Order: sequence, then C-alpha cells, then structure tokens
Amino acid sequence: MRDLNAIFTIAFRDVTKFLRDRSRIVATFMFPIIFVGILGSSIQSNLAGKSGYNFLTFVFIGTIAQTLFQSTASGIISLIEDRENDFSQEMFVSPISRYSIILGKILGESIVAYVQIIGILILGVVLGVPMSFPDILKILPLGLVICFMGGAFGILVMSQLNSQRSANQIFPFVILPQFFLAGVFTPIKTLPPILFVLSRIAPMTYAVDFIRSVYYWGKPEYSQVVLFSPLTDFMVIATVSIVFIASGTYFFINNERNR
Amino acid sequence: MSRIIEVKDLIKKYKKAEKNAVNDISFSVEEGSFFAFLGPNGAGKTTTISILTTTLSKTSGSVVIAGHDLDREPAKVRRSIGVIFQQPSLDLNLTAEENIRLHSVLYGLYPFRPFFGMMPQEYKDKVHELAKVVGISKELFNPIKTFSGGMKRKLEIIRSLIHNPKVLFLDEPTSGLDPVSRKNLWDYIQNVRHKNQTTIFLTTHYLEEAEEADEVSIINHGKIITHGTPDKIKQDLVEEYITIDSKTQDALVMELNAKKLKHTPLADGSIKVDLQKKHPQEVIQKIQTKLSTLRIHTPTLEEAYVEIIANSENHHHARS
Repeated sequence: MRDLNAIFTIAFRDVTKFLRDRSRIVATFMFPIIFVGILGSSIQSNLAGKSGYNFLTFVFIGTIAQTLFQSTASGIISLIEDRENDFSQEMFVSPISRYSIILGKILGESIVAYVQIIGILILGVVLGVPMSFPDILKILPLGLVICFMGGAFGILVMSQLNSQRSANQIFPFVILPQFFLAGVFTPIKTLPPILFVLSRIAPMTYAVDFIRSVYYWGKPEYSQVVLFSPLTDFMVIATVSIVFIASGTYFFINNERNR
Repeated sequence: MSRIIEVKDLIKKYKKAEKNAVNDISFSVEEGSFFAFLGPNGAGKTTTISILTTTLSKTSGSVVIAGHDLDREPAKVRRSIGVIFQQPSLDLNLTAEENIRLHSVLYGLYPFRPFFGMMPQEYKDKVHELAKVVGISKELFNPIKTFSGGMKRKLEIIRSLIHNPKVLFLDEPTSGLDPVSRKNLWDYIQNVRHKNQTTIFLTTHYLEEAEEADEVSIINHGKIITHGTPDKIKQDLVEEYITIDSKTQDALVMELNAKKLKHTPLADGSIKVDLQKKHPQEVIQKIQTKLSTLRIHTPTLEEAYVEIIANSENHHHARS
C-alpha cells in the first residue's frame, strides 16, 4: 500500500511537471500535426487510390500508438535529468522499492502520453480523419499496454546512458528509425530482406500493430493493414516489456550504486 | 547510550580508481550524539556518507545503522535516516509544499493526495508549523525556483525531519550560505536535536561548526587519522601559549631567559611564551617585568585541524 502511494506520488510529480512546462506542451502537439496533418494528408491525396484503404486513418491510428510508445519512453529518460539535478537522490534514499520508482515514472509518463492523445483526437476531428469513434474508445484502454512497453524500453535505453547530453544525442537514433520500421506512416507488409528483419526486431512494430489489429478487427481492410493477430502482438509486447523493465531497472540501479 | 552507527573495516574502491577512496575505516557513533566527520576535499567524507545512506555500494566492510545491517535491510536503514546532501535535492518545478508532500508520501507518513487541500489536517498543521519555525510560511506555495540558497536549505532540513529520522546526515549543509542563514540553520538543528534526540552526522569545512560536537573524526586519504572530543584533539595537538610585551622588552627577555621560560619573538614585535602544559596563571605570576601586552591564546579546533592535516600530508608523502 505504501509503495502504491509512492508510485502515485512519483507519477503525479511527472504529470505536474508536464502541465507546468508550456514549451513541452506545445512541442508535444506539434508532432501529431506534422505527422497526421502534413504527412498523412499528403500521402492520402497522392497514393490513396493504389493502396485500397484510407491512408489518413492508417497514419492516424499508427500515430496514436507511436505517441503512446515514444512519449512514455522519452519521458523515462527524464530520470537522467533528475540525476543531474540531484533530485534522484531524494528518491533513492527513500525507503521504497526501486521498482516503485520506475513504475511511478512509467505511470506518470503514461498519463502525460494520454494527455497528448486527447490533442491528437481533436486534431483528427478538425482534419476530418475518417475514424470510427467506438473503435477509438476500444483501443484507448489497450494503449496502457503500449505505454508500459514504451516505458520499459525507455528504462533499458536510459540505463545505458550516463548524461543528459548523451541521451539527447543517442535517443533520436533509437526511436526515429522505429517510426519507419514500425510502419507508422507507411505499410511494411512487404519489405526488402534487411528492412524486413529490422522491422520485425523493432519493439515499436508490435505496439503499432497491436493497436491497428484491434482497431481494424472485423473491418475489410484488416488483412491489408495488420501483420499479426492481437494476441500474438500482446504476447510479444508482454514478454519484451518484462525483460526490458527487469534488466533496465537492474542496470540502472547497479550503475547508480556501483560506481 | 547505545551505538546507533557502527562502521567496521569499511573499504570503497571506485571503478577505474587505483587507490581506495575509503581505506579500511572503523568508527561508531553514540545514539543522540553530535558527530563531526572532518577532512579536506577528496578525503573520503562524501564517499562515506553516500555508503552510509545506501546510495553507493561499498567494496567491503560492514555497516549497521539503528540496528539494521546495510546489506540485509537497506529499506529499514533508509527509514531510520534523513539526509541533507551536498547538492540540494529539491524538485525546482514543484512548490515548497509539494516537495514536502512528495517526501511525506515516499516515507509512508500519509496517503497520496493530488492537492494540499485534500491532505489530512494533521499534515497541514505540521507543514504550517515547520514552515513558521524556519520562516518560509509566505513562500510555502511558491515554486522552489524562486527560492534563495538559504531558503532551499531550510526547506530541505524541514523535509528531512518530517519523518523523524533517528540519524540526520548533513553533508556540508551550510556551504554557500551567508553567516546569518548559517546561524539560523544551526539554531534550528540544535533545537531539533535536543527535542527529538536526533543523532547528527555532520561533514563540514567550517570548523567552528564542529566545536560543539561530542566527537570528531578527521579523515585524510581515506583513513581516519584522529578521533576524539574536540577538547582532546586540541589538547593533544595545539600548543598553548601567551603573547606578552613590555616597554622594556630587553629586561623582559632577560627575565624570561633567567627563569628558563621558553619564548620566541613574533613578527609583530611581541613575544610568544610557551606554556608547556602549565596554566597561564602560573607562568604570568613568575614574570616581574611590567607588561604592556598580555594575550592568552585559546586554541581552536581549526588550528588543531590544520596541524593534523599538515602532519598527515607529511606522513603520506614520506611513505609514497
């Protein structure tokens, strides 16, 4: 119970920080505008006829999954910032489990990610993205799984970085290629061999496919858009997340204490 | 009195370091006492505090705090201690009260509530009371960003005391504070210490802050080189002397020679007379020449410290 309270309070701190950081709020809403508004719309206008399904919707659903994953992952990196501001010491001398600290961070950053989803949904309405609202409501709670995976991925990456500067340099390289490998904006059903392998390794692929597989379930586009069944995606996500979070927390705590 | 901190054969060797940062030290601290851990920069003070507060792993040795073994029960050790780090560990984006609330919930004192208004009355009263004591009542709901260094330190101290720790670790708590803030802070810490019987573990560069300590350990190059009460350390090391002068200095010098009182001229023209473990009164009574100046030198811990460190540096260099 005490650890649950600790998780909530650590999560609340991250949400509070987000809500007080105006430039970060603006930045988080800019990304979907670029992706859905510019990229999605332009592909839809030029290539839609050949694909046989609505591209704007495809990119829109992909962006929801990508935002949940990426926002949580990059939010976790803020633990490095905490360390540089010496705030992490306050958490590390407190009598709570180290996992509670990490879980609190993931929960907080997940909530932040969901705030951004609200922005994306508003954008979708403004742009007139063809979407089925009941299906959107169906995928939202499942998005928590994506957040957890993003958070676990973030922990593992962060545990290998030792400064804010290296985080700023390295993080785009581990996240940006996944946008394309995971097929957020482009179909990845058929790919050249090397890209095919890479795309099936990228964790974000399963996050994006999981959300799409649920959204498109029972729709005519399903077979054209979706790679794996929701259950397969879920199993991969669960396994990968647990491995990431356990090893990431272990490395992080070890690097922190064993200097 | 029982021992609240027991350190035995503690060694810490940092990765990639050639020498041990802490090289086989043992000491203990009595419950409720004020313990000062002194030494130059890089001597191993912060390393020791980091190990004792569970944020750094040790290489070998054993540490028991408040009856809990550091390796086996780190969570219980954490619950028994409060820490003021060398660098303030506050969240600058939060208000003062939010920082205190976060701490209270992490230590399991109160359940999590998103707003101050929803917290139990007991918490509210306590926060208001503490803020009043250290004088930050008006700023309690302001972001820490707007706080001065002294205010941040005060806030950290009330935060670290809110869970009633048995031991309070203070790692150079007053560095960077102006003299008035320093004095206020110490008055408050001493007050808390007497009221709650909190054990204080202090590292500092301001030696006068350690004068009041019950026990002092001085560490250099990872080794404890002196240990004892401030009085004992001073007695052992600092020479005691009086400074005298006379309008008829020649006569005075002759008299001192005749009475075999060891003396040396000082740069300012006066004469330093070694007390050689005698009381100043005894020495002064022997002197018949009329004096124009008489000063009894009272040794400070700072002088003792400077001498101890200088001696240890000589040894250290002689060996290496």
